[in-house]
Amino acid sequence: MTDERKPGEIVRYDSGTRINHWIVAICFVLLALSGMALFHPALFWLTNLFGGGPWTRILHPFVGIVWAVAFLLLAAKLWRDNLLQARDRQWLRQIGDVIDDREDRLPEVGRYNAGQKLLFWLIVLCLAGLVVTGLGMWRAYFTLPVGLVRLASVVHAVCALVLVCAIIVHVYAAIWVKGSVRAMTRGTVSYGWAWKHHRAWFRDVIGGQRK
Amino acid sequence: MALQSLDIVRRSATTLPEPQARGAHTGQVAKLIDVTKCIGCKACQVACMEWNDLRDEVGTCTGHYDNPADLSDQSWTLMRFAEYENPDSGNLEWLIRKDGCMHCADPGCLKACPSPGAIVQYANGIVDFHEENCIGCGYCITGCPFNIPRISKKDSKAYKCTLCSDRVGVGLEPACVKTCPTGAIVFGTKDDMRQHAAERIDDLKSRGFDKAGLYDPAGVGGTHVMYVLHHADQPSLYSGLPKEPTISPAVRLWKGIAKPLGLFAMAATAAVGFLHYLRKGPSETDERDEEAARRELEKTS
Repeated sequence: MTDERKPGEIVRYDSGTRINHWIVAICFVLLALSGMALFHPALFWLTNLFGGGPWTRILHPFVGIVWAVAFLLLAAKLWRDNLLQARDRQWLRQIGDVIDDREDRLPEVGRYNAGQKLLFWLIVLCLAGLVVTGLGMWRAYFTLPVGLVRLASVVHAVCALVLVCAIIVHVYAAIWVKGSVRAMTRGTVSYGWAWKHHRAWFRDVIGGQRK
Repeated sequence: MALQSLDIVRRSATTLPEPQARGAHTGQVAKLIDVTKCIGCKACQVACMEWNDLRDEVGTCTGHYDNPADLSDQSWTLMRFAEYENPDSGNLEWLIRKDGCMHCADPGCLKACPSPGAIVQYANGIVDFHEENCIGCGYCITGCPFNIPRISKKDSKAYKCTLCSDRVGVGLEPACVKTCPTGAIVFGTKDDMRQHAAERIDDLKSRGFDKAGLYDPAGVGGTHVMYVLHHADQPSLYSGLPKEPTISPAVRLWKGIAKPLGLFAMAATAAVGFLHYLRKGPSETDERDEEAARRELEKTS
């Protein structure tokens, strides 16, 4: 799918990627809410959002499968841009400047900065952990030795907690850096946005090396 | 399932006290199964299915006396037959253990259960499943150190022995106790049952069973179903009865410290973001960035 570009704008995500991202995001929210409901008694009331306890238990793993497949499709498109490079190390070393919003002091950033890349690989790692352990806990279809199920239950919870914290950071970063949400809703960013936050990518784009 | 509701000392996935005005002032109950007196007649299995209106599927012979082959949502108790060649005496011993819920004082199923009130523990010590609150996740199976709960294929609810909480609630002994023809199963207060067991163990020791003893494992806080065993030093001889059962460390971590720690981590992450926004405000792109980008564009084109 092609997206029309207005003057002064750069296409960051085509509509296919955007739709894919929001399928992943909606599934993730549903998974986090239903998972938390079964994780902590204080949050059991969240099962009401899914039609009660049994429905929460039934739906959670199926949503998980949709989420995992959708994320893998997204990852297939984005993984190359998320490979860590030498300049990412310097960016991470200056994490204080990142937090202080002093981007002028940071090395130039490509399509993704080191934080985004680390988040990407953290999601990949947690997703693998969640899918494997989630299948092990899925008693409707799988029966594993109880020792493995116990281990899977702990690992599932740990992966989920790490992932939820990581996604909170991801969502906050999108709220913090104005113009980012637009990239994932309308697909475009302004020249100035690309210049400020992803200068190396901006140079690539205007140099015609990449779309 | 039970009729009374004012004597629940513990309830799954609940943090505040439950109605517990009625206490077990005359002592908690216990069922004592004297394995050394059991003849393997399975009358207890029949009494259980009669009283609880359970009918398991008629299976096929699997080459041993266990019938049915395993516990199920329709078989809450099961005689497990083990043949043991005693290396000391050279005798072949038929060790028959009536398997079923042990009604732990510290129940792993209750600890693991995520659904409020699906598993309760009464003041008298009985651990009961309230299936109308069960969501069918199977966490109770994950939490149980004795491999007891079973999920029904029909309704996806977990079932197990109730210790006939409905009978005990009105002053009757459990159905299996009522029917046992040899008196191998007895029921009373836990203190009385320990005393009775001590007499039985003395008797067994006088007959040459030096290692006879009571099975009331401390790792789960003691149980409200206890065994008298001829070989109390080797409980695993009795179809894999665990020697020192405890709630698995993985389950304790998962349903213990991980819960508050997890909530704290999530709340803290969100709070840090919020505070950052309050201090630093949004990272905006302004006219200078657009200008710089335009200059760059002109340079390259």
